[in-house]
Amino acid sequence: MGDWMTVTDPESKYISQYTSETKMSPSSLYSQQVLCSSIPLSKNVHSFFSAFCTEENIEQSISYLDQELTTFGFPSLYEESKGKETKRGLNIVAVLNCMNELLVLQRKNLLAQENVETQNLKLGSDMDHLQNCYAKLKEQLETSRREMIGLQERDRQLQCKNRNLHQLLKNEKDEVQKLQNIIASRATQYNHDMKRKEREYNKLKERLHQLVMNKKDKKIAMEVLNYVGRADGKRGSWRTGKTEARNEDEMYKILLNDYEYRQKQILMENAELKKVLQQMKKEMISLLSPQKQKPRERADDSTGTVISDIEEDAGELSRESTWDLSCETVREQLTNSIRKQWRILKSHVEKLDNQVSKVHLEGFNDEDVISRQDHEQETEKLELEIQQCKEMIKTQQQLLQQQLATACDDDTASLLRDCYLLEEKERLKEEWSLFKEQKKNFEKERRSFTEAAIRLGLERKAFEEERASWLKQQFLNMTTFDHQNSENVKLFSAFSGSSDWDNPTVHSRPRQKKPHGAPSGSPVCTSKLTKSLPASPSTSDFCQTRSCVSEYSSISVLNTTPEESKPNQVGRECTNQKWSVASRPDSQEGCCSGCSSTHADAHIEKDDLP
Amino acid sequence: MNFSEVFKLSSLLCKFSPDGKYLASCVQYRLVVRDASTLQICQLYACLDQIQHIEWSADSLFILCALYKRGLVQVWSLEQPEWHCKIDEGSAGLVASCWSPDGRHILNTTEFHLRITVWSLCTKSVSYIKYPKACQQGITFTRDGRYLALAERRDCKDYVSILVCSDWQLLRHFDTDTQDLAGIEWAPNGCVLAAWDSCLEYKILLYSLDGRLLSTFCAYEWSLGIKSVAWSPSSQFLAVGSYDGKVRILNHVTWKMITEFGHPATINNPKIVVYKEAEKSPPLVLGRLAFPPPRAAAGPLSSTESEYEVASVPVSLQTLKPAADRANPRIGIGALAFSPDNCFLATRSDSVPTAVWIWDIQKLRLLAVLEQLSAVRCFQWDPRQARLAICTGGGKVYLWSPAGCVSVQVPGEGDFQVLSVCWHLSGDSLALLSKDHFCLCFLETEQGVGTAFGQRGDHM
Repeated sequence: MGDWMTVTDPESKYISQYTSETKMSPSSLYSQQVLCSSIPLSKNVHSFFSAFCTEENIEQSISYLDQELTTFGFPSLYEESKGKETKRGLNIVAVLNCMNELLVLQRKNLLAQENVETQNLKLGSDMDHLQNCYAKLKEQLETSRREMIGLQERDRQLQCKNRNLHQLLKNEKDEVQKLQNIIASRATQYNHDMKRKEREYNKLKERLHQLVMNKKDKKIAMEVLNYVGRADGKRGSWRTGKTEARNEDEMYKILLNDYEYRQKQILMENAELKKVLQQMKKEMISLLSPQKQKPRERADDSTGTVISDIEEDAGELSRESTWDLSCETVREQLTNSIRKQWRILKSHVEKLDNQVSKVHLEGFNDEDVISRQDHEQETEKLELEIQQCKEMIKTQQQLLQQQLATACDDDTASLLRDCYLLEEKERLKEEWSLFKEQKKNFEKERRSFTEAAIRLGLERKAFEEERASWLKQQFLNMTTFDHQNSENVKLFSAFSGSSDWDNPTVHSRPRQKKPHGAPSGSPVCTSKLTKSLPASPSTSDFCQTRSCVSEYSSISVLNTTPEESKPNQVGRECTNQKWSVASRPDSQEGCCSGCSSTHADAHIEKDDLP
Repeated sequence: MNFSEVFKLSSLLCKFSPDGKYLASCVQYRLVVRDASTLQICQLYACLDQIQHIEWSADSLFILCALYKRGLVQVWSLEQPEWHCKIDEGSAGLVASCWSPDGRHILNTTEFHLRITVWSLCTKSVSYIKYPKACQQGITFTRDGRYLALAERRDCKDYVSILVCSDWQLLRHFDTDTQDLAGIEWAPNGCVLAAWDSCLEYKILLYSLDGRLLSTFCAYEWSLGIKSVAWSPSSQFLAVGSYDGKVRILNHVTWKMITEFGHPATINNPKIVVYKEAEKSPPLVLGRLAFPPPRAAAGPLSSTESEYEVASVPVSLQTLKPAADRANPRIGIGALAFSPDNCFLATRSDSVPTAVWIWDIQKLRLLAVLEQLSAVRCFQWDPRQARLAICTGGGKVYLWSPAGCVSVQVPGEGDFQVLSVCWHLSGDSLALLSKDHFCLCFLETEQGVGTAFGQRGDHM
C-alpha cells in the first residue's frame, strides 16, 4: 500500500500540471474521479464512458486517452510512426494491453480498498474498545480516588480519636496520680490525726487513771475467805536479779530444746532420705548390672565409663561408714553417682520403651509367654519389696533403739514417739503383714493345687486301668482290629466304627472325665498343673478323648432312643453345673476348695451313674 | 447417739472443766456445777448479779464468774463450797477477766483498757500492767503456761511484752512493725509468736520467744487483709484467712507460704465430695390431712427432717453479695480450725455462709464441702479425733468425719436451736447450747461410731 501511495503522489502533481496545460474536457474530471472514486461509482463511469466517446470524437478521445495513458506511463496507443507526416494508427494490441493493465490495476485497487476498509473497521472497533476501557478505567480511578479520600477521612478521624483518647488517658493518669496523692495525703493526715487523738486519748486515760486509781478507791478490793496455796505448793519468791537470770536461762533452755527437737527431726528425716537414696542406688546397680555386658560389647564409651563408675560406687557402698559422713565430698559423690545412674536408667527405660513400641508394631505374637514373664516379674518384684520392707523395718528399729537410748527426758521421748517415722513404720508393718498374708495365701493355693494334681494322677491311673480292662474286653470282642495302631487311634476308630454300641457305662464314662479335663482351660490352673504334674500327656489324652467323646456323643444321641439318652443328658448337665461353680475365681481358697469338692463330687457321680 | 434432758441456761455460758469431770453452766445469777457423766448437780453457787462470763481454772479447782456490769469477779472453789472470793474493780470498771495458767491469779482488764490488774489468790499482792492494747486478741498464754504475751500501745506504736507467768516479771519487750496490731497468738510449742496487723493491711509477723523477728509475710497490699489466724496443733503450719477469700498456709521452717486455698463458689473437681443438706419431706399420708393444718404440724422449719446428699459436681454454692458501703463486709475467711491430728483444716468463708470447707493438709487440697441449709454458726473439732461438729442455729447438730457426714435432730418437744457446741475433752460427749437451754449429746464409743458412720449410705 505504501508503494501505491508513493506512486500516486507525484502522479497527482503531474496531473494538475498537465490539466492546467491542456484544455480540459468535461470528462477529464471524470477520469480523475474514476481513479479516486469507490466502487459504487463504477456504474456511472460506464455511462460516462459511453458519453465520453461518440462517433464524432473517436479520434479526439483516442488521443486524449493516449495522452492520458502516456502521462500515466503506459505505452502509447498509437503505432510507432514511420514518419512525421504520416498519421499514426491506433495500435489495438497496445489498447488491449492498456485496458488489461487498467483492469488489473482496478482489481488491485479494489482489493486494497477492501483491505483498507476492513482495517478501518478493525481499527474503529479497537478504538471503541479502547475508549470503553478508558472510560472504565477513568471510572475506577474516580472511585478509588473517592475511596482514598474516604479512607483518608477515616484515618484522620481515627487519629483524632486516638489523640482524644491519649488525652483522656493522660487525664486519667493525672487523675489517678492526683487521687493517689490525695489518698496519701489523707492517709498521712489521718495517721497524724489518729496520733493526735491517740495522744489526747492517752492523756485522758492517764488522767482517768489518776482520778480513778489514786483516789484510794475503797471499792477496788479483793475479799477472800482465806488465801489458797500455790498450785505447785511452793512459796512465792522474791524478785531479784537472780530470778531474772533464771528466767532468761529457762527461756533459752526452752528455745534450745525446741531447736534440738527440730534438728533431731531433720536429722531423722535426712537419715531416712539417705536410706532411701542408698536403697535406690543399690536397686539401680542391681538393675543395671546385668546389662553392663551388652553396652560394653557395643563399645559405647560414655555408658562404659559410667558403668565402671558404678562398679566403683558399688565398692564404696560396701563401706557403710561413708554414709554416716555428711561432709560435702560424700554428698557430691552421692549425688553425682545417683545422677549418672539415673541417666543410664533413663536411657535404658527409653530403650525398653522403643522395644515395646516395636513389639507393639510387630503385633501381639505370643501373649501367653508375655503374661507368664509378667507373672514371674511380678513375683520377683514382690519378693524384692518384701526384702526392702524387711530392711527398712530393721533400720527403723535400730534408729528407734538409738533414739530411746539417747532420749533421756520423757518430754522429748513422748514428742518423738508420735513423729511420723513411727507412722511410717506402722504402715510398713501393715504392709509386711499384708505380704505375709499374701504369701500364706499363695502357699495355701500351691498346696491345694498339688493335692489336686495328686488326686488327678490317681484318677488318671484308675482311668488308665479301667481303660486297659475295657480295651482288653474290646480286643476280645473285636478281632478284626489293626493292632499296629496307637491306642488313641484305636479308641477313636472303635468309637466311631461301632455305631451299634450298646454299653451305657462306656457312654457315660468319658463324659464324666469332662470336669477333670476342663480345668485345663483356665490359664492359672495350667501353669500350676504343668509345673506340679510331670505327666502332662495325660491332659492331652483327656483332650483327645474329649474330642472323641464329643463326636461320639452326637452319634450316640442320634442312634439311641429317647429313653436311653435321657440319663446321659442329666449327667452332663450335672457335671456342667459343677464346673461352673468351680471355675468362679472369687477367692483363692474358695476356688481351691471348690475344685477339690467338685473332684470329689465327680467321683461320687461316676460311681452312681449307670 | 443419746441425748440428755434439757437444762436451763443463760448467755450461752456452759463449760466443761479442764479435767473433764465437771460441767459448769449459768442460769441468770446462779452457777450450777454438774458431774459431766451423770449430770447430777454437784454444787450450786449464787452470784450477786447476772453472770456474763465464766472460766475454769486450769486445775479445775476454781471457777471465775465475771459480772462486767457491776465490775465484779466472783471466784468459787469446788473443793471448799464455803470458800469464796470477790474482786471489785470499783469505778475503773471491768471489760474482761481471765485466769492465769497457774490458776492462782486473775487478770482483769479495766474499762477503756486503762490497765490490767493481776490479782493473786495466794498472797494479797496486786500487780498492774499498764498500756494494754484494746484489740481483737491482746493477751495470749503459752500452752505450757510459762509465758504471757501482751499487746501494748504506747506513743502510737505497738509493742509486745513477754512476761514470765510465775512471778510476772518482764522477760522481753519489743516494738512490732505494725500500723495497728490486731492480735497475737503463741504457737502451741510456745516458741513462736504470731502477730498480725489490723484488716487495713495484710501483714503477719513471727517472733521468737526471745523477741527476735523470725519472718514477716505479706500476701498483697492495699485491699483488706487478715481476718483469722490459726496454728496447727503441731506448730508446723500457720493458717491465715484473709478478706480475699483465701487461706494461706505458712510452714515453720522457712515461714514461707506452702499453699493457698481459694474458696470458689463453684466446685468442679469430681474428687471433692460435696455434702448437701437436703430437706427430707415426711411421707404424705393421703386422706389424713386436715384442711386447716393444725398448729403443731405447721411448726417451725427446724422440725423438718433433713439429710445429707452427695451432690454431683459441678456444684455452685450460695453466695452473699457483700454490701460494699458497709464496714466489716461479709467476705473473707471468718473462721478456721485445724483438727487435733493436724490432718484437716475446716474453714468458713463469710461470703458463702452456708458452707464448711474441709481441707486435707497431708495432700494440701480440698477434701470435702458441706453445704448446709442455713448459715453456719460455729464448728468445733473433736479434741481427740478428726471429727467436726457443726451447728447452724437450727434444731440439728451435724458431724463430719473422713468416713462421712451425719445430721442429727436434737430430740425433745419444742424448739431447740443449737447456737453453739462444746466438746468434752474425751470426745465422748458434746454440749449443745441454745439461747436458754442446753443438753448433752453422748456419742457412741469407737465401735458404735463405726457402725453409725457405716450407715452413711442411708443418709446419702
